[in-house]
Amino acid sequence: MQTPVIKTEKLTKRFGDFIAAKELSFEVYPGEIFGFLGANGAGKTTAMRMLCGLSKPSSGTATIAGFDVYRSPNEIKKNIGYMSQKFSLHEDLTVMENIRFYGGIYGLSNEQLKTKSAELVELLGLQNETKKLVSELPLGWKQKLAFSVAVIHQPKIVFLDEPTGGVDPVTRRQFWDLIYDASDKGIAVFVTTHYMDEAEYCNRVSIMVDGNIEALDTPVNLKKQFSVNSMEEVFYQLARGAKRKAD
Amino acid sequence: MKQFFTFVKKEFYHVFRDKKTLLMLFGLPISMIILFGFALTNEIKNAKIVIVDYSKDVVTQQIISKIEASKYFDVERSLYSHEQLEAAFKEGKIKMAIVFPEKFNENLLHLNKAQVQVIADATDINTATTLSNYVSAIIGDYQIQLLKNKNVPMRIVPELRMLYNPQLKGEYTFIPGMMAMIMMLVCVMMTSISIVKEKELGTMEILLVSPFKPFMVILSKFVPYLIISLINVTSILLLSWLFLDLPVKGSILLFYAESLLFILTSLSLGLLISVNSESQQTAMFISLMATMLPTMLLSGFMFPIENMPLPLQTVSNLVPSKWFYIIVRSIMIKGSGFSAVWKETLILAGITFFLLIVSLKKFKIRLA
Repeated sequence: MQTPVIKTEKLTKRFGDFIAAKELSFEVYPGEIFGFLGANGAGKTTAMRMLCGLSKPSSGTATIAGFDVYRSPNEIKKNIGYMSQKFSLHEDLTVMENIRFYGGIYGLSNEQLKTKSAELVELLGLQNETKKLVSELPLGWKQKLAFSVAVIHQPKIVFLDEPTGGVDPVTRRQFWDLIYDASDKGIAVFVTTHYMDEAEYCNRVSIMVDGNIEALDTPVNLKKQFSVNSMEEVFYQLARGAKRKAD
Repeated sequence: MKQFFTFVKKEFYHVFRDKKTLLMLFGLPISMIILFGFALTNEIKNAKIVIVDYSKDVVTQQIISKIEASKYFDVERSLYSHEQLEAAFKEGKIKMAIVFPEKFNENLLHLNKAQVQVIADATDINTATTLSNYVSAIIGDYQIQLLKNKNVPMRIVPELRMLYNPQLKGEYTFIPGMMAMIMMLVCVMMTSISIVKEKELGTMEILLVSPFKPFMVILSKFVPYLIISLINVTSILLLSWLFLDLPVKGSILLFYAESLLFILTSLSLGLLISVNSESQQTAMFISLMATMLPTMLLSGFMFPIENMPLPLQTVSNLVPSKWFYIIVRSIMIKGSGFSAVWKETLILAGITFFLLIVSLKKFKIRLA
């Protein structure tokens, strides 16, 4: 068995009396695509922020890429990539400027930047668009570019926060091809989504309800466990019991 | 360090990509100076004036008809008393009064010297200066004519009196005031908008997840606006020196150092606004409210603070522009050194430090 890149034990975040994430314990392995599901307000974002070093846990432990979240948040930051639902590129910069900027702040050398950006542009088929402003690209391309930029420094884990919101099914499929590519290269992919077909693509799925992880297994096992035919029904059965209202 | 430069480069891309904003950033100071500069030298036509002639001799008649012939004046001849003149000024009926004392010609012939009193309403500085210059020029012309005919040198001395504002401090007040306003606008508004924009677009999150330190994010946001402001300071100085004949009397180095401090104050204020607002519109609105109004009303630039009620005077102490305005005025116009402005500098530095600490703390809390 490989050593996990994410390992949490009873990871908890409280805001006053409110427990946003309660005793989360799970592991994610290199190259694994880990789906992180939950209704709005279930605590997904809070959990993700703790794992990214954006927010300090109230209690429990977590090791990301071999580093402790309390002691070395900076080391963690060097080893993770992050992409949010807002696709997170600078619209008034060109494609190439965005690539070089994000490569640059992750400390890539000029040579690395050159080879990496050439590679990336070719992979995405953007050879003729490098000097175009990102705002001129269609949404699907922006998202693919954002993902590629998020893994430009070859992180051990990439966190994707609802990366495919608002795009058509074809583009979503292409986006998942990129995710598989990254996974093949050994990058662990930690993804939140509301699309249940995407949940089926994951190696393992966890479902959060009211701050707790209520289920965690492969999609096949989950369906068996709840005796249903689709992830949609699994999710529905669990989320129905939620007491918290979505915000 | 290389990361820092990458970041600063990116900030410059943002600034240069947005052509309209760029034009505003550099065009604002230039257009304001030119606008105000020309307003100061604008010529005036048909200004209402009163000529009081107690002498009624050949010379005064000649001078008066010369003045009447000019297109600048709309002359009324009458024998107003001093009180009547005063009343006419107060009601705003006249812009200027010219008073020829008795025995004008006699004095000129026997003493070779005669005085004429020129009184102008200096509440409107520009008009007062221009009008009195016209009168002096007309009288000067007439003198040259006189001298041609006679060998004895004779002098007519116009005695100028500027009512209500003897020092005519017009451009004096507007250059330092304008400087404070432009720097506040550029730094506060641009910084706050550019930080909030990253929040709004979600790119801020990416930056915070990256190994790049949050403090550095802010620092690199400061750099472009700091440089732009220094360029603006320079262009204002050059313009006021070349076109308005208002050079910096004191040390230029000190002047730049103080400007740098004020730029830093403005940047910190911009940061504070950005941590407290969630949208670009909010940031812009708060910035405008926090910069334009206090700078115009409470810095002493337009309205003298000494005349304000005590509560307002107290509040004005919190306005950074007030201190910068005092400092700039001292260095530029009086030529004072650091020993004259150290107190104001210290206060300004204190305000800056406070703003910076509070906003950095808030920025950190948002992260936790």
